[in-house]
Amino acid sequence: MKKDKLFFSVLWITGFLFVFLFILIFFSLLKESFLSIKSFGISFLTSSEWDPVAEKFGMLPFLVGTLFTSFLSLLISLPFSMAIALFLGEYFKTGSISKILSYATDLLAGIPSVIYGFWGIYLLVPIIRKLEMKIGVPPYGVGILTASLVLSVMIIPYASSIAREIIKLVPQDLVEAGYSLGSTRYEVIKKIIIPYSFSGIFAGILLSFGRAFGETMAVTMVIGNYNFLPKSIFSPGNTMASVIANEFTEATKDIHLSSLIHIGLWLFVITFFINYLGNLVIKKYKVK
Amino acid sequence: MFKNLIKISVVSLFLFTKLFAGIELLGAGATFPYPLYSKMFDVYYKTYGIKVNYQSIGSGGGVRQLMEKTVDFGASDAFLSDEELKKFPNPVVHVPITVGAVVIAYNLPGNPELRLTPSVLVDIFMGKIKKWNDRRIKELNPDVDLPGLEIIVVYRSDGSGTTFIFTDYLCKISDEWKKKIGKGKSVKWLTGIGAKGNEGVSAFIKQTPGAIGYIELAYALQNNIPFVLLKNKAGRFVKPSVKSVSLAADIELPNDMRISLTNTSAEEGYPISGFTWIIVYRNLYHGKLSYKKAKELVKLLWWMIHDGQKYCEKLHYAPLSEKAVKKAEKIIRSIVYKGTPILKQN
Amino acid sequence: MNSLRFKIIKDKVFEIFVIFLSFLSVVPLFIILFQIFIKGIKVINFEFFVSLPSPPGEKGGGILNALTGTLILILISLILSIPFGVMIGIFLAEFKNRFTDLLKDFVNILQSLPSIVMGILAYIWVVKPVGHFSALSGGVALSLMMLPLIIKSTEETLKMIPFTLKEASFALGASYVSTLWRVILPASAGGILSGVLIGVSRIAGETAPLLFTAFGNPFVNLNPLKPVESLPLLIFKYAMSPYENWQQIAWGGSLVLICIVLFFNIGLKFLVEKWIQKS
Repeated sequence: MKKDKLFFSVLWITGFLFVFLFILIFFSLLKESFLSIKSFGISFLTSSEWDPVAEKFGMLPFLVGTLFTSFLSLLISLPFSMAIALFLGEYFKTGSISKILSYATDLLAGIPSVIYGFWGIYLLVPIIRKLEMKIGVPPYGVGILTASLVLSVMIIPYASSIAREIIKLVPQDLVEAGYSLGSTRYEVIKKIIIPYSFSGIFAGILLSFGRAFGETMAVTMVIGNYNFLPKSIFSPGNTMASVIANEFTEATKDIHLSSLIHIGLWLFVITFFINYLGNLVIKKYKVK
Repeated sequence: MFKNLIKISVVSLFLFTKLFAGIELLGAGATFPYPLYSKMFDVYYKTYGIKVNYQSIGSGGGVRQLMEKTVDFGASDAFLSDEELKKFPNPVVHVPITVGAVVIAYNLPGNPELRLTPSVLVDIFMGKIKKWNDRRIKELNPDVDLPGLEIIVVYRSDGSGTTFIFTDYLCKISDEWKKKIGKGKSVKWLTGIGAKGNEGVSAFIKQTPGAIGYIELAYALQNNIPFVLLKNKAGRFVKPSVKSVSLAADIELPNDMRISLTNTSAEEGYPISGFTWIIVYRNLYHGKLSYKKAKELVKLLWWMIHDGQKYCEKLHYAPLSEKAVKKAEKIIRSIVYKGTPILKQN
Repeated sequence: MNSLRFKIIKDKVFEIFVIFLSFLSVVPLFIILFQIFIKGIKVINFEFFVSLPSPPGEKGGGILNALTGTLILILISLILSIPFGVMIGIFLAEFKNRFTDLLKDFVNILQSLPSIVMGILAYIWVVKPVGHFSALSGGVALSLMMLPLIIKSTEETLKMIPFTLKEASFALGASYVSTLWRVILPASAGGILSGVLIGVSRIAGETAPLLFTAFGNPFVNLNPLKPVESLPLLIFKYAMSPYENWQQIAWGGSLVLICIVLFFNIGLKFLVEKWIQKS
């Protein structure tokens, strides 16, 4: 019918519009970063000098800060995410306890990041400060460790929600075969469930990592705003996202603004790659 | 059904905007005078119904937004250098509003009162003096029980007029600082950690034992943060206050009011004092304001240097001296719209 | 046999471990909620919702500008993202080819893009050309975040509509378009709405994209072309300030924000369950 043909072509157009939007995003970022790309080239990635006064910009401190906090928070959160995934996916699939835990986990994901940051400042920072004074390190309170701790709480629900769905989907006959051979629950989990759901678990880990990677507000509030390579876990620092948040409104020189947008471009590119690589790994490990 | 919903919301949005369309002036910049401006604009709104939306993003941010013409006025405690002025698309003027003190605030157990000399101060901020119980600090403060805490310097991470005033002073009293670091709204600090705005620095000092930083007097007093008695040029240890700041401001003033007040020769003057200005385009038409808005902006500025001054002292800012007000009046009268001065001569 | 007992112990220990860690994970949740409640409830009263924040150092003040600002921003982003998002969702549900696969990948990437990048984009596309900060630019940034959520929930919901429903409508001679409008969409309204609600609760708490787009405003502003305050933006500014009365407002604001998020989260569960029951 004519109406339908028209409608379908409109649909296709919106499809193309979306792709166009996506391409527009990339090119907008590219265009505005051009000044910075032209001035620094590859050194933007390898230089750790971020000096608005001398107009020399290098992204390395923030790349390191981002990777440091993302990996650390992932490490801390993983046992918890997996525990929840197993709890809800295997041990307590139904029942009121599982409902409560499930709601609570969803709530963790729903709390706005600025509130996590606020909580981080008022509860976590004084504790870390006391710890630092005990150890004999300068008592900043803020820094890589604090940011990673806040992040780890924030990303627990991401890995757990996907992992749990996948774990639930493990075919019962496989599981029961394991039991019939005399395995304990622990062994069934270790040898059957986890390997089977590995692709899903990996997808969840990737999601958590991506979340930690791009998180801005909570990190900005507790990382210490320090534009140099972090020397230790107690050092203050900055991530790619937090330096943009901190400096964008005050970048008075064009090269400064362009360099910040340049960092934004890299955030886009890296997100793209994480997604792409993630999909590859998932496809590879998916049990047919 | 859905379509109707859209129609209704668009129409009501439109009506709303018409209803609530009032004159709103948009400004951004210095955090230094923020406690004062915030009070002034609140009073102004209650008196005249004109909303002034001021975002304290730092002097650097204010200058940039003014350059991009995304705000109606900028505020900065660092007057624009000749180079910076050239970068502006059209000429601007500086209207001084008040004088403040940059104090050296710190966090030590017991909140003792500290005295410092310029050379000790500059060495602390250069990272040469690392601990609070250093011999040189002890010498100046024999009665204070100084802990072995590490000194954590906190500076402004954003483009700051407060930084400008402070580094301007440091350059005057230390050739080494002048050579190595210099002065500006942003400099390359040798040690320490960055915080945003006077607010951020104050918050950090307040919470971190061993911290030391430079903030505006009002912030230190409002937040009960102790600050240093600094030795001035005349050899006296001066406490920053409205009085000692006013004494430092009592000098020969240039017509465009772009002048630094640091390292004053006044006997009881506080050595790290400075004006803070509101910067606008000389021809407000170039500033992308409508005539109505331009008129309101000029009225606001006039009020700020006259009636508004009565809010200064209570908030620990020094009001403009008579000489300064006269100069400021002249500057405001020079503001035009397309060629005609906005304020009628009287 | 020793190894059997060892196995059983390992099993039990593991189970306890899993249970322990699971509950430990939600402890921070309760600590946060508790602390926000205790500190925020002190400032909550009617005044709080209808007054503007007071200058630093002065008692009292409220969040009226932030509440109205958040409302305007949500409205703008809904207007921008729903029509476009639903259409793309329909497109993805009805067609399957290499192009749609590519599209799906793009949607996923957009979803995981850090929110600060949305702010940069809105700055480049709206703030720079228009010449000043505005609620509109903030809305654009937020709509970019909403879009993937709406697209996904629309697509998933449509896919779940039983084919028999569509078949029946076609059998009666209806065109695809009228089937869509009269049968499919109404049936999926619940699912799509749940996607919208997830989106709203997500962007209600977003701060980063608004830092240099909406910019902030100490007054109520309903004009989309002017700067506006938002609740999370206000919390951010006031939490980082040294003023006691502003920190108090931040706590109160956090409590209100948490309640809004909780409302959408719980309201959402309700809606989804109702919708599942219906079908």
